[in-house]
Amino acid sequence: MPTRPAGTHRGTHRGTQRADDTGGADGSGPSPRGRRSTPYLLISPGLVVLGLLFVVPLGSLLVTSLKTGSFAEGFETAVRLRNYSDALSESWEPIKRSFVFALVATVAAGAIGYPLAYVIAFRGGRYKNVLLGLVVLPFFTSFLMRTLAWKTILSDSGSITSAFDRLHLLSLFEFLHLVPDGSDRLLQTNVSVIGGLTYNFLPFMVLPIYVSLEKIDRRLVEAARDLYSGAFRAFRTVVLPLSIPGVMAGSLLTFIPAAGDFVNAELLGGPQQTMVGNRIQSRFFEQVDYPAAASLSFVLMALILIGVLLYARLLGTEELTG
Amino acid sequence: MSTIARRLAPRLLDAWAGVALLYLFTPIFVIVAFSFNDARRFNVIWQGFSLDAWRHWTDSEPLTDALTLSIKIAALSTLAATVLGSLIALALVRHRFTGSGVTNLLLVLPLTTPEVVLGSSLLSLFIDLGVSRGFWTIVAAHAMFCVSYVAVTVKARIRGFDWTLEDAAMDLGASPLRTFRTVTFPLILPGIVAAALLSFALSIDDFIITFFNSGNEQTFPLYIYSQQRRGLGPEVNVVATLILLVSFGLAVSSIFVQRFRARPGPR
Repeated sequence: MPTRPAGTHRGTHRGTQRADDTGGADGSGPSPRGRRSTPYLLISPGLVVLGLLFVVPLGSLLVTSLKTGSFAEGFETAVRLRNYSDALSESWEPIKRSFVFALVATVAAGAIGYPLAYVIAFRGGRYKNVLLGLVVLPFFTSFLMRTLAWKTILSDSGSITSAFDRLHLLSLFEFLHLVPDGSDRLLQTNVSVIGGLTYNFLPFMVLPIYVSLEKIDRRLVEAARDLYSGAFRAFRTVVLPLSIPGVMAGSLLTFIPAAGDFVNAELLGGPQQTMVGNRIQSRFFEQVDYPAAASLSFVLMALILIGVLLYARLLGTEELTG
Repeated sequence: MSTIARRLAPRLLDAWAGVALLYLFTPIFVIVAFSFNDARRFNVIWQGFSLDAWRHWTDSEPLTDALTLSIKIAALSTLAATVLGSLIALALVRHRFTGSGVTNLLLVLPLTTPEVVLGSSLLSLFIDLGVSRGFWTIVAAHAMFCVSYVAVTVKARIRGFDWTLEDAAMDLGASPLRTFRTVTFPLILPGIVAAALLSFALSIDDFIITFFNSGNEQTFPLYIYSQQRRGLGPEVNVVATLILLVSFGLAVSSIFVQRFRARPGPR
């Protein structure tokens, strides 16, 4: 999907503002005929929809997250910050688990996706587009059906589980605390849920990495080779640094939906794999405790925002806006 | 590096890519294969080959109802999102204006917000306003997140076009409307079609946001979710396979249309 790298907005915002200050409407860029109000007429219907269905709902969620009362007695508007401390203390385990699972799934998707994107971009030749199509094709079927198919594949009687057992991979997973001690199954363990998350968000990792690899000027690699750099060294000093923006974008686009997902945990996991998404869903629909659900949603959003900012700081905002 | 390693490394890379593709396709094989399974409710264990599900996949009314509903919702929300999103993209690419930064921010934020948050915040608003959840709340929710996808896709596709063609048309005396109809619109159409297809695919498969805002309505993904505990029959696999085939066909034909259109003139 040709989505812009997540988190680019800050840089884009600043860049455009600068252009406005200096250049103005009659700068050297595209300057179509027509009145100055034209762009505002074009954006306003869409922005009204985004305002009413994205910004206003977030405001409503914030108000709900601070309410007091219960479903039976009715909720009342208040500023009850205890909802937040309650949400954090009650659901700390699922929150932590969501971030750990999403992190492991992101790293796994990178490990699977980077070489795949590399092979398509550099060794695909004239089959490049076909290979790229093959990467996206599985995601045209239903998300739930794909996840349920994994349930079939990983089922206790399935050949994958027994093969893993025979290859002593289950003991390895046990050692890594990915499955409980003495487990002879994959389903309803951390392995199945993390595997599902990795699978379902893999294209979000592969596509941005592919785009950034594809943009690299091949002559740079040739120059490195001409200067007697080995293939691996050429990769490490030329290709890898230039593909970092794609890796950044791919990681964010994988991590964010994985951290908020509840389908994989519900279909492939057990009670020990509850994630924060499952909690939000059950607080809304089972306990009908809207303030608790809303404050959990906000905690999730805030933690992701902090994570994204730290990540940007760690790797430099230049790469993010690239 | 030794010669063996130098020879082996590319082979290993190719093999890794092959394994990754196999990983991507494993569940798809399972979905398609089990649409031919001779099973009723619990379509988890292979019972033998049968074409029954393919012959009678329309028999289950809840399933076909759910599928029809999903198609209706996807069509309406795609229509709305494509118009609104393309207009925003056009404004951002063709004009410089104060507030374009905020517009970009507003487009990217829904894409970087987890779906549970989008879904639950909309639900919170609908509860506040006393709006009962159903068909139109699902359409509204889908249109919202699809606007962002459409705008971002169209923007990426039409950036760097040669807009002086418009000036040329106007210089030759074409009215603004005629310029749009004969120059601008044909130029941006492929990008819009690609964005619309993406939007349709996202809407028809959306589960999390829909789950929060559906009320008693049951879209295809919600049908799968509600039935999976009681067991899904092979006819659901047939529908999933059909969706795969249709989207594959659309993707292939859109590539061909683009090649065909690209041939006559430059760009």
